[in-house]
Amino acid sequence: MSSYNNTARLTEARRVAIFGGTHGNEMSGVTLVNLWMKNSDEIQRKGVEAKPFITNPKAVEKCTRYVDTDLNRAFTPENLSAPGGDELPYEVQRAQEINRVFGPKGSPDAYDVIFDLHNTTSNMGCTLILESSKDHFNLQMMNYIKKAIAPASCLVLLNEHPLLKYSTSRSVAKHPVGLEVGPQPQGVLRSNIFEAMRVILKHALDFIELFNEGMEFPSCTVEVFRVSERIDYPRDANGNIIAMVHPNLQDCDWEPLNPGDPMFQTFDGKTIHYQGSGTVYPTFINEAAYYEKQQAFVTTRRETLVASAIRKA
Amino acid sequence: MEVGAVVCLPRLSRVAVCGGTHGNELSGVYLVRELLKVKKKVMVEEEEESVSVVIVLSNPRATQQCHRYIDTDLNRCFTHATLNGPLSDTTPYEIVRSRELNTLLGPKGSSQAVDLVCDLHNTTANMGMCFITYSDCDWICLHIFRHLQMEIPDIPMRFIHFDVSNKESYSLDSVGKHGFAMEIGPQPHGVVRSNIYTAMKGGVQHMLDWVRLFNSGKMFKGGFVDVFTMVKHIDYPRDSVTHNITAVIHPHLQDRDFCLLHPEDPLFQTFSGETLRYKGNEPLYPFFINECAYYEKGIALSLARKKRVMIPPIQVETS
Repeated sequence: MSSYNNTARLTEARRVAIFGGTHGNEMSGVTLVNLWMKNSDEIQRKGVEAKPFITNPKAVEKCTRYVDTDLNRAFTPENLSAPGGDELPYEVQRAQEINRVFGPKGSPDAYDVIFDLHNTTSNMGCTLILESSKDHFNLQMMNYIKKAIAPASCLVLLNEHPLLKYSTSRSVAKHPVGLEVGPQPQGVLRSNIFEAMRVILKHALDFIELFNEGMEFPSCTVEVFRVSERIDYPRDANGNIIAMVHPNLQDCDWEPLNPGDPMFQTFDGKTIHYQGSGTVYPTFINEAAYYEKQQAFVTTRRETLVASAIRKA
Repeated sequence: MEVGAVVCLPRLSRVAVCGGTHGNELSGVYLVRELLKVKKKVMVEEEEESVSVVIVLSNPRATQQCHRYIDTDLNRCFTHATLNGPLSDTTPYEIVRSRELNTLLGPKGSSQAVDLVCDLHNTTANMGMCFITYSDCDWICLHIFRHLQMEIPDIPMRFIHFDVSNKESYSLDSVGKHGFAMEIGPQPHGVVRSNIYTAMKGGVQHMLDWVRLFNSGKMFKGGFVDVFTMVKHIDYPRDSVTHNITAVIHPHLQDRDFCLLHPEDPLFQTFSGETLRYKGNEPLYPFFINECAYYEKGIALSLARKKRVMIPPIQVETS
């Protein structure tokens, strides 16, 4: 963590990608990227090469989350170096291709920033997903976006958890940024959700342009919600779900969940309470895609991170 | 018809409750599973029960994959033509299944068919609870609807009528002598929301209660029901080459199912922010606004006319 007096000098962020369709049925990103591939005026910024890109075209065509395996979990070192070409699952092939074009992951040739556009059935509003608490560039960008859209809210989810962190499409870049906007059903395009995502990207690109022009961003604090634990649905001996998210918890993403609060409701009407040791902030509550990943919601803890002052080197 | 003349109808001996006709409409899937569990536990003598209830998971393979369907939409596979056509090795799964269901619950059009089919569905549209039927004068369905309206007053409820002849009727509920789809939204596909599940569970329970009361001889007073008859569908504006949609349901229309749409009201918003307006010449009631599964069917929303239907008092026939 830098001291308040030191300004971190960072390389300019010239190469920026905007990924849509990492999950083929999350329609805001698919629509925005298709729009910008046809006409990129809206995403042009001085000193920035912004490339819109559909990451999972087969899934987009079928309007399904994935064809063989979840692309947004596929960017593991094993997958990225796996031999086998055409024999590999479709999304692993795609991950290797994306790593070639926008990476290689971890190398100096990788893209500077990748925005990966997602929707969720959860009532998360606008959420920015951060993969490292030490990425001061991203922290400053997220602070900028939050201030720009105020009083509308945009929260930051930090997933640095050693076990729950996963290998995302955006992780190929030096500065990966996830954009998650909900609630929106899979396969559906809602105008309010679409416009919200569009506005966030506008501010994000504005920030990058200002940074590349040499603006200094003074040190700031950023409130984040740090991923703590994954909570699954109660299941029977055969693995079938036996309860639903409780009506008191449904749609209450980011609100405090205290020990003893209702958490699940069985199909015959009984309440199951949260048994944790302290107050947590649940999110990704009742996300459709997570039933198969054994996740009813994740718990987070609130934290304030300090971002160093940054300036282009 | 004299108001006050009681219409006598045969008892409803067999009722089918079907869920998972679309495998990703989860309230019905979980409710059917729950009802099957409860049925196993409660060992009631069949003779004691005035109605025999068949509980069916309509599309097990699609349910297992949490998809709407495997090969083709099961809820379009119940026309007489589809049920009686030739079968081959390449017959789509859902057509094979529709015949199995026709054997179990039908045959459609015959005297052996179940008396009532209640087919459980969810929609991403903000429709509350809806009954969807092919008839605006099936007194059984209309009375059940009225009963639910009175028993569950805190849920908005509408009765939708598709004016399709028995020859052309295509959905699972057309297999029974009487039938309706119980459609509840909004719920994303692949998700079960507790409030929606609870509403559906209550709806099914009250329906079965009504059937038992009817069979026991209770006379149900006449009254009126507002019926929404489907007039037409409107598709999204699309790109002529790619066929991709070029506009989204307008924010003023989104979630406003059953709020009267007047000529010149906003309908769509293009991606460049332009408003496209409703160009019809009569005000109509929109529903199925932004239903996920209808993008591929070319339907952005459906439009209905509302009329008030007087329903007669009814009572079970005594033979």
